[in-house]
Order: sequence, then structure tokens, then C-alpha cells
Amino acid sequence: MAATLVSTLWIVAIGTSVVCFAIKYLGHVIPATWLSSPRFQRINEMVPVVLLAALVMTQTFTTKTHLVIDHRLAGLVTALVALRLRAPFPVVVISAAVVSAVVYHLH
Amino acid sequence: MTRPPRSTVRDSFSVSLAVGLYGIAFGAASSTAGFSLWQTCLFSLLAFTGASQFAAVGVVATGGTPLAAIATAGLLGTRNALYGLQMSPRLGVRGWRRVLAAHWTIDESTNVSLAQGSFGAEAVRAGFWLTGGGVYLFWNLFTFAGALGAKALGNPAAWGLDAAVPAAFVGLLWPRLADQFSRTVALFACCAALGFTPFLPAGTAIIATVIVAVLAGWRPRS
Repeated sequence: MAATLVSTLWIVAIGTSVVCFAIKYLGHVIPATWLSSPRFQRINEMVPVVLLAALVMTQTFTTKTHLVIDHRLAGLVTALVALRLRAPFPVVVISAAVVSAVVYHLH
Repeated sequence: MTRPPRSTVRDSFSVSLAVGLYGIAFGAASSTAGFSLWQTCLFSLLAFTGASQFAAVGVVATGGTPLAAIATAGLLGTRNALYGLQMSPRLGVRGWRRVLAAHWTIDESTNVSLAQGSFGAEAVRAGFWLTGGGVYLFWNLFTFAGALGAKALGNPAAWGLDAAVPAAFVGLLWPRLADQFSRTVALFACCAALGFTPFLPAGTAIIATVIVAVLAGWRPRS
């Protein structure tokens, strides 16, 4: 079981690296017209917004396929407040971690 | 290469250092998800695209399959292809330099580079290489530091590291929510992600939300 998990993690690390590099390289070598469709550009512009929002939700409110509310919610709320106050990125992440850890220990 | 304008060097350096620091959060997140020190460093050395790296380890952390993790990372990385399209004619390099240029094509190198437009073509190229190389250096150093630190801490929840990952994502998302349309799209994506979660295999709910991006971008905004 442990061996399976380790190789799974290698697959993710190497697979992600290969796919991400291939995408970057494609952008440098394919003819510009291939990706110039306005529809493709509009969708592509929205992809990070959608995926990052989805990741925030799943990383905060799910464990495997279950919806849960736990200490991580306190961290997310803290991060949002920090962003609202125009805090720099490290402050956002660290304050979220600290508040989440405090709530975890209080629980 | 002639000396680039001092402001180009300054912009490149400050962006490199600030962005490189996020590497600590990635190193910690990757470590928390169970990746070894080597695997964590491999992500930053070879994948080298922050949001995709966070996505891959995040999907694994919530129990997703390797395929779901790689696919999510790949989808988040598609914008790099469009950056490459922009940078390729401006850099005009071939061979190994083109491979390196592709590898360093990320949000920061492209944006700093294009922002140098008023200083001439040479500054545009310098902005790309200095920022790409600078972020690469700092991102990898801080990934290593973050992974080492997280390994030393032990139980991630006790230190709030499990909440640091969504906080990092919300920090990456925030600057993309400047207009009402993006905020509405993000809200729909949030609902879709939570709505799909109980019905799809772990990790795939995130990929399924891409349908929201397709619907949002299908027609021009009226």
C-alpha cells in the first residue's frame, strides 16, 4: 500500500511537470493563428478564475467526496479579511494558517 | 546584450523575490499532501508554474486520482501557451534558448516583459529573462525551505497548513476578480464545485467546473 502511494505521488509529480512544460513549449512553437479564436481566448481567460474558485471550495469544504465544515473555514474567512485589507500574499497565507490552527486546537 | 534600463532590472528583481516567497507556501502544501522533499522540489524545478503546482498537490491532498491532479494542473497551465504565443516573436530565440524561454514562460515573466514595452524591444527581452530567471531561482529556493519546514512541523492541521492551501488559492484568485463578470463566474464555479463534489470521484469535481468557464466564454460579453 505504501509503495503504491509513493509511486502514485511520483506519477503526479512527473506527469504534472511533463504536461505543464509541454503546454508552455507548444505556445512557443505553434503558429499564432491556432489559438487566436476569440472564443478560445474568452474561455481560456475564465479558466483560472473558475478553477481557482473551485479549488478554494474543495480545499476548504471537502474531505474526499464528503462536504464538511471544520477549522479550515476559519482560515478561509481570515484570508478573505486579509485580502480585503490589502495584506500581502505571505500575510494572507500565514494569518489563515494561524487562525485555522487555533480553531483546530480549541476544538 | 546591451544593459537593460535600471527600472527593468528593479521591476524584475522585486517581482522575482515577492513571487519566489510564495514558494514557501507551495513547499509546505506539497509536503503536507505527502510528497517527499525530492518530489516537491521536482515540481518547482520542472513544472515551474505556481497555480498548477498548487492544484496538483491540492487535488492529491483531498484524495483525488493522479489523472485528476495532472488534468487540473494542465488546465490551469493552458494560459501559459497563450503567453508563449505572445513572447515567442518578441524573444526570437531558437534551440536550447527556446526550450529555456518556454520553461520560464509564466504569469510574472510575461507580464513584467510586456510592461517594458515603452522602453523598447531590448527591455522587453531583458524583462522576460531577468524575471523568468529570478522567479525560477527564488521559487526553487523557497520551495525547498517550505518543504523542509513543513516536514519538521509534523501534523499539518495542528499548524494550520491545511488551511494555508485554500488561502493560497484565494490569494491567487483575488486579483482576477476585478470586474463584476469575473466575480459572477467565480461564484457559479464555487457552487458547481460544491454541487459536483458528492457525485463525482474525488478531484474530478474541480475539472467538471471547467464547464462554467466554457459557458461564460462561449459568447462575447454583451
